[in-house]
Amino acid sequence: MTPTTTLVIPDGAQNPVEPFLRMDRMPHIWCPACGIGTTVNCFTRALLDSKVNLDKVAVVSGIGCTGRVAGYARLDSFHTTHGRAIPFATGLKLANPELQVVVYSGDGDLFAIGGNHFIHAARRNMDLKVICVNNMTYAMTGGQSAPTTPAQAISATSPYGAFEPTFNLVALAEAAGASYVARWTTYHVKQLSRSMEEVLKRKGFCFIEVLSPCPTLYQRRNKMGDGLDAMKYYKQASKIRHGAPTGECTLSKSGEIVVGKFVDRDRPDYLELLRAQMTESLGERYIEPEASCSC
Amino acid sequence: MHADPKGVLTGVHFLDGDHSCCEGALAAGARFAAGYPITPSTEVVERFASRIPTVGGIFIQMEDELAASIAIQGAVWAGAKAFTVTSGPGFSLMMEHIGLAAMTETPCVFVDVQRGGPSTGLPTLPGQADMMQARWGSHGDYGIIALCPNSPQECFDLTIQAFNLSEEFRVPVMMMMDECVGHMTEKVVIPEPDQIEITPRRYTKLPPEEYRPFEPREDLVPDMARAGEGYRFHITGLTHDERGYPNMGVDAQDRLVRRLLAKLKPLSNGRSLCETDNLEDADVVVVSYGITSRVAQRAIQLARSRGIRAGKFRLITAWPFPTERIRELAGHVKAFVVPELNLGQMVLEVERAAAGQAKVIPVSHAGGTVHNPDTILNAIVEAAR
Repeated sequence: MTPTTTLVIPDGAQNPVEPFLRMDRMPHIWCPACGIGTTVNCFTRALLDSKVNLDKVAVVSGIGCTGRVAGYARLDSFHTTHGRAIPFATGLKLANPELQVVVYSGDGDLFAIGGNHFIHAARRNMDLKVICVNNMTYAMTGGQSAPTTPAQAISATSPYGAFEPTFNLVALAEAAGASYVARWTTYHVKQLSRSMEEVLKRKGFCFIEVLSPCPTLYQRRNKMGDGLDAMKYYKQASKIRHGAPTGECTLSKSGEIVVGKFVDRDRPDYLELLRAQMTESLGERYIEPEASCSC
Repeated sequence: MHADPKGVLTGVHFLDGDHSCCEGALAAGARFAAGYPITPSTEVVERFASRIPTVGGIFIQMEDELAASIAIQGAVWAGAKAFTVTSGPGFSLMMEHIGLAAMTETPCVFVDVQRGGPSTGLPTLPGQADMMQARWGSHGDYGIIALCPNSPQECFDLTIQAFNLSEEFRVPVMMMMDECVGHMTEKVVIPEPDQIEITPRRYTKLPPEEYRPFEPREDLVPDMARAGEGYRFHITGLTHDERGYPNMGVDAQDRLVRRLLAKLKPLSNGRSLCETDNLEDADVVVVSYGITSRVAQRAIQLARSRGIRAGKFRLITAWPFPTERIRELAGHVKAFVVPELNLGQMVLEVERAAAGQAKVIPVSHAGGTVHNPDTILNAIVEAAR
């Protein structure tokens, strides 16, 4: 087990995560018992433990409840358009490869409207760390069906029960070419922090799915109780199976949740491939991209 | 400052407008381009893909125009000068991120080599029917700049201007080319780097604790920061205050949106770019732009040879529209003749500016080829009666 740094509460603060957050924006907009804040706590822990230079970390979000993470992170942070966090992050990373670029967004944003961008960034093995908070619904807009809403679940746009087959996000990520694929729930805070720390130290396209409760919209409509009930469900139904074939990790409304690190493979990332190809074709004529313009 | 010599292909060349536009971007300091193939614009990024590895920069072919038009904005916030290139159908997809660039005041350049529309339309044939889309295509109130070259030489010169203006005003700038201008090949003179003026990005000089990303200077444009330098700033497409934080207040919305338009005011009047000829004694003024201005030139010559006092007003800055210049002219001419490769777009602006003081006669064309000069001549003759 990786030793973790002791969290220190800074002077004048009430919580050790305060230095990582824009405290002048508190209180945040998330509902009581929403899991997004828990993931942010894990992320701050990972930032601390990984000892990355925080000036070189950028967070990019799309739109939605999780899309608001960028706005609360006291880092260079970009709240972009719906579904387009990944291509924005691609430009940011390529124009300054020194940056550690984290994409933090929700399931609807990353896999419905942004699905095409996700698979292509994974295919390119773009050096991005994608954290997807999966609450199985479009929460910001009132709890409509998402590509992750499981069969039978009631949503604002599937009032008689969802019936479309869902995406298995971890299988999709692996098939598209991700270097690293893991899944946790907001019950698994230690494991999630460690996964986040791991990807911050690693190159290539990394994907972490975090199953997270939406008590206000998803659980209430589906009579699944409150935030505590969600934790009980995650605790009881989760099975840690590192290396499990992602094809066997489909989620359902109330069935088993396979969690763990499923994929961890070394592939050259986009910039390495670019450099290799250009060097082979152009030799000494190839000039490394400048981090930014000379002005 | 002057152009970085690495990107400047000084010399006399025989180039088409698309390639010339690419050279303009390189000379302007663009070191990042993202694109998606679409006729008749692709040659711009094809040349960039071929040139950039030996200049030092990035070209990436994205999965669609939505991605291309936002990847450039990520690159800008990392410190690069960046642009994307497309044609009508792709331009439609980019509207989302023209709005984002306007709202987040991200300096970047969108090149639209116009073809006939709507929808897939005429992929390999000219049109000028994206002019209103360039101005109004994304939702909400915002301002942009649009430039209209009418030759490969201008594709070079104006692309540099486009980058410079985008830095000065922090707005997306549209290069509104058309298939004819993009594909015509002519002499292009690329000057020495020290003859090319470049507007550098205006980065804040304040320390991070004092920096407010959307605090405007006197000219209503805020200074920028770039990612990775400790400013830890926040950028959002939501309505935001001077700190860059979301603010759903009516006052914040009013302050921000009015400023997004007001900062462009200097361009709508004195500083708008245009080419004029024979306006002093003109009874009829032909207002045109892009490839159509070259056909109009012939019609004006023919009219003059018949003794009709015809003048030329060529829009180079289409947006912001030079309202005051046209209004002033309207006071002492009989009529404006406005030929364009659409069924009446910029003519509406001429009408608005003329405000009833002079007749405004559209010479519309649905696109696919250029006007016959005689059609424009007939309109001039009619207008002069």
